Amino acid sequence: MVTINVNKFKCGYCGACVSVCPAGALELVETWIEVNELCTSCGICAKICPVGAIEVKK
Amino acid sequence: MKNEYDVVVIGAGPAGSITAKTAAEKGLSVLLIEKRQEIGDPVRCAEGVSKVWLRKHIEPDHRWICADVKGSRIFAPDGTMIEMSEEIAGAEVGYVLERKIFDRALAYEAAKTGAEVIVKTRATDLIIENNFVKGVKVSHLGQSYDIKAKIVIGADGVESKVGRWAGINTAIKPVDIETCAQYLMSNTGIDQNYCYFYLGNEIAPAGYVWIFPKGNDMANVGIGILGNKSGNGKHAIDYLNDFVNDKYPDAKILEVDVGGVPVSGSIEKTVANGLMLVGDAARQSDPITGGGIINAMEAGKIAGEVAYNAISRNNVSADSLNEYEEKWRETIGREIDNSLIVKDTFTKFSDKELNSLGHSLKGVNFSSMSLLDLLYALFKANKKLLWELRVLFKTVVKYELDFEK
Repeated sequence: MVTINVNKFKCGYCGACVSVCPAGALELVETWIEVNELCTSCGICAKICPVGAIEVKK
Repeated sequence: MKNEYDVVVIGAGPAGSITAKTAAEKGLSVLLIEKRQEIGDPVRCAEGVSKVWLRKHIEPDHRWICADVKGSRIFAPDGTMIEMSEEIAGAEVGYVLERKIFDRALAYEAAKTGAEVIVKTRATDLIIENNFVKGVKVSHLGQSYDIKAKIVIGADGVESKVGRWAGINTAIKPVDIETCAQYLMSNTGIDQNYCYFYLGNEIAPAGYVWIFPKGNDMANVGIGILGNKSGNGKHAIDYLNDFVNDKYPDAKILEVDVGGVPVSGSIEKTVANGLMLVGDAARQSDPITGGGIINAMEAGKIAGEVAYNAISRNNVSADSLNEYEEKWRETIGREIDNSLIVKDTFTKFSDKELNSLGHSLKGVNFSSMSLLDLLYALFKANKKLLWELRVLFKTVVKYELDFEK
């Protein structure tokens, strides 16, 4: 189940979200972010994203 | 790409390329992998670097130097300016780099020395046997390959996974990351001889705005805010937009860069059996300036040498690789620890306190640009600050500050 939504048009693929993910659920693959099932919807990635590209799905 | 090397380095930034170059120079077989298709792009950096330290690793080349900086102008929230320049010491301050060309030049150095370099190749996991890292699984153009290595180097940047795969928790807390956005702008009208810093919790909560000259009439205008201050509808890019709309309504945006800078200070460990972490992957960026290039290169040099030593003594255990851990903590680690103390104090200051610090430095002539000289002047004028940063004295004063002068 995908629990966050990364707006790929806003994303600058900097990897900051990957570094703060406590679950290790994110991965920066070349120019896009992938999310796996370890995501807990904690929202830390959405908080720190420099461009506000991440939205947590409720 | 072979299926076995002495050393596989993951990530071709400054840390990875210097590690690969150093290890290859020693005669080891080295593979340097980079997941992007272009080394050095996209940029996530303000691109400022100290001249003296840079020269320890590579001869300056006009192809990747945009500007030659002789001083800094730091602005308190109320506009009070502190100028620090180093004309007296012979203009030995800093360069502003073109990272896209610089990073590739470093990878080229590694390649020239004998390392194999391969791009568009991403590490997807470590090969671990009997608690020892024995190699790395990579994805190259969508195909999976197993590559054996005596030592794997995680130089995979802020988004590092290599440490986590080896059981080292490198996850950063929001309070330990500066979330940053930057525009390359033309027509800001800044003096190309100076770097500019703007402090204030309104413009950059627990961070600062920087403006670094990039040659001609261009400049990197960027902002970093502490991760715990980000969110609730306002992110680094929004603060940056506010700043440039206010300050440079006529400037033009030529590029957008974003990134996260670890400001956690040293993490608990950077080695495991058959593995070392270097650069941003090891959270070796400076907690107060956010600078990471020099520390990454220093760490890379040490890691490359230690890789050779460990392989020579036929022992790549964590105990053996601890030589790297000890060496970097004695050198760049000490600076990182000191900066962390300063950062923890400064990020708590209100604008009023920052203004008062600014006023206390009015009229002070700085003949050097080091953080310690700035602190020395601040201490002289602010007894309270001296008390808050007293921990520094146990470590710094002993080694570096000369209060007799």
